[in-house]
Amino acid sequence: MNARPDFLLSVENLTVSFDGFKAVDGLSFYVEPNECRVIIGPNGAGKTTVLDLICGRTKATEGKVEFKNQELLKMREDQIVHAGVGRKFQTPTVYEDLTVFENLEISYPKGHGVFGALMFRRDDPVKTRINEIAGEVFLDDLLHEKAAFLSHGQKQWLEIGMLLIQDPELLMLDEPVAGMSVAERKQTAELLNRIIQDRSGIVIEHDMKFVEDIATRVTVLHQGKVLSEGSMAHVQADPKVIEVYLGH
Amino acid sequence: MLLKGNRFFSTSDLVGFAILAVLIFVILPVGLDTFRLNLFGKYLTYAFVAIGLVLCWGAGGILSLGQGVFFGLGGYCMAMFLKLEASSPEATKIQSTPGIPDFMDWNQLTELPLWWEPFHSLTFSLFAVIVIPVVFAFIIGVAMFRRRVGGVYFAIITQAIAAILTILIIGQQGYTGGVNGITDLRTLKGWDIRTDDAKVLLYFVNGALLFVCLFIAQLIRKSKLGRILIAMRDQEDRVRFSGYDVANFKIFVFCAGAAFSAVGGAMFTLQVGFMSPSFVGIVPSIEMVIFCAVGGRLSIIGAVYGALLVNLAKTTFSELFPELWLLGLGAVFIAVVLAFPNGLAGLYKDHVEPRLLALFKKKMGDDGSAEDFDAIKTAAE
Repeated sequence: MNARPDFLLSVENLTVSFDGFKAVDGLSFYVEPNECRVIIGPNGAGKTTVLDLICGRTKATEGKVEFKNQELLKMREDQIVHAGVGRKFQTPTVYEDLTVFENLEISYPKGHGVFGALMFRRDDPVKTRINEIAGEVFLDDLLHEKAAFLSHGQKQWLEIGMLLIQDPELLMLDEPVAGMSVAERKQTAELLNRIIQDRSGIVIEHDMKFVEDIATRVTVLHQGKVLSEGSMAHVQADPKVIEVYLGH
Repeated sequence: MLLKGNRFFSTSDLVGFAILAVLIFVILPVGLDTFRLNLFGKYLTYAFVAIGLVLCWGAGGILSLGQGVFFGLGGYCMAMFLKLEASSPEATKIQSTPGIPDFMDWNQLTELPLWWEPFHSLTFSLFAVIVIPVVFAFIIGVAMFRRRVGGVYFAIITQAIAAILTILIIGQQGYTGGVNGITDLRTLKGWDIRTDDAKVLLYFVNGALLFVCLFIAQLIRKSKLGRILIAMRDQEDRVRFSGYDVANFKIFVFCAGAAFSAVGGAMFTLQVGFMSPSFVGIVPSIEMVIFCAVGGRLSIIGAVYGALLVNLAKTTFSELFPELWLLGLGAVFIAVVLAFPNGLAGLYKDHVEPRLLALFKKKMGDDGSAEDFDAIKTAAE
């Protein structure tokens, strides 16, 4: 099977086995440009592992992951980031001892080498861009607060902002609305819809209402394999999906 | 106001640097006799190591229990040069092979080993003081951090390296002076380092170099690299997935710590007049971590005070209760970790600084100018 060039990301026959247990088993799926793909599935289906494999956090046993015709499985994590893949973790992962501004500054795509970081200057383009992103993720009033003082939802937003400032072509978000209030969920869905406009996304989520709001297409994983794939309506009507995940 | 903060130094940093400078360059030299001043100079050589540990451990989260290795390598490079100068054929004419260091002669060596030859040159030796420890740190760093060895495992490995180097130095007596170390050092390019005048001058050179290191450490901490170190300590994966090759940053800061330690080691040799494996091994390496912890592992200035105070206590108490000293030191370490994890610097920041600010506020209020106070307050935050 050859990867089709019109896909942004093609995952083919991706397999990882932990001591014989296949967490992801011969998985294939394709993400088109400007598509927001949502991955759903029961606990232990391998959703987070798929993201870990794509971004290089876990090494695959076999398979291919091609992003813009580059093989990601052979690259280091930071190289994958520079290729244009951004990853948000399940629990909000921000630098608590640094301010919101400094958190965003570290993700700013400049001065990523040791000497680049030593020489890095906080010039006007940097400040403008950070202010712009902070506005987008609703944190412009909190730029000089330490991240430790943010609420759970605000930390999630900050981490999304840290991805945005890298301007990745593929955003991978692991449960971006987990632990958020209803109002925050709504705001986040709007935010994601806005930022996904000119890029692609892979989102893991359990909240069906939220999935409906953002998904272009949905992939249902079960025991490391694709159980069903298609539009939200198609997936929701699939008897196999109802059986193992959505329930009757 | 005289002290105005900027990008690299906040007002409270400047105050800290200024107070330390007054202590080191005015109060101690005026208040102490040459013998005591030399002793304080010796304590301050450990401050170099403690500053390096603030960068590696406090900021970067890399706990090295083997900084004695770099202190020792720097010290030995200096000692080798001084020893060769002290072993001129005239000075050693009673030996069976004149012109080689005395311990080589005792160990039946009949010529200078090839790798000692370059240490006839002062330029080479000064170069080696920095470069050899840094290259060694680089090799350790690449081997460990590229494989993502960190935390406790890294600490244990550095400790093992300290033990191995000590054993190597002691075992290779003919080449290294063995357990006695390299002793009886006399002159530096003909200048006798044992006189009182030389000791005072070396004290000031040491103090100046310490400030150079403090300055470099401050620049590193206040650059984006400094913030990346803190980020790495708290969320290493997030930094990696923000597009940084984390290993390179760890290698850099470990090498920087090694360079500082090495300068301290070389100044130790010059001021104390010898170098031995007892400053390389496990116990001194752990003591160095304690200096840093007591002073405050997040503060480079605190680390200097930590090195001074713990060493002062060591000299005082180990004279009074030689058997109890190590237990006392251990108790201090436990107390610091449990009661005030940010050390003296943390205590200062939490209890002294707010009061000073309040005092300022009152004074400024009387003068009717609150501007400076605001500057201080922002800086302190």
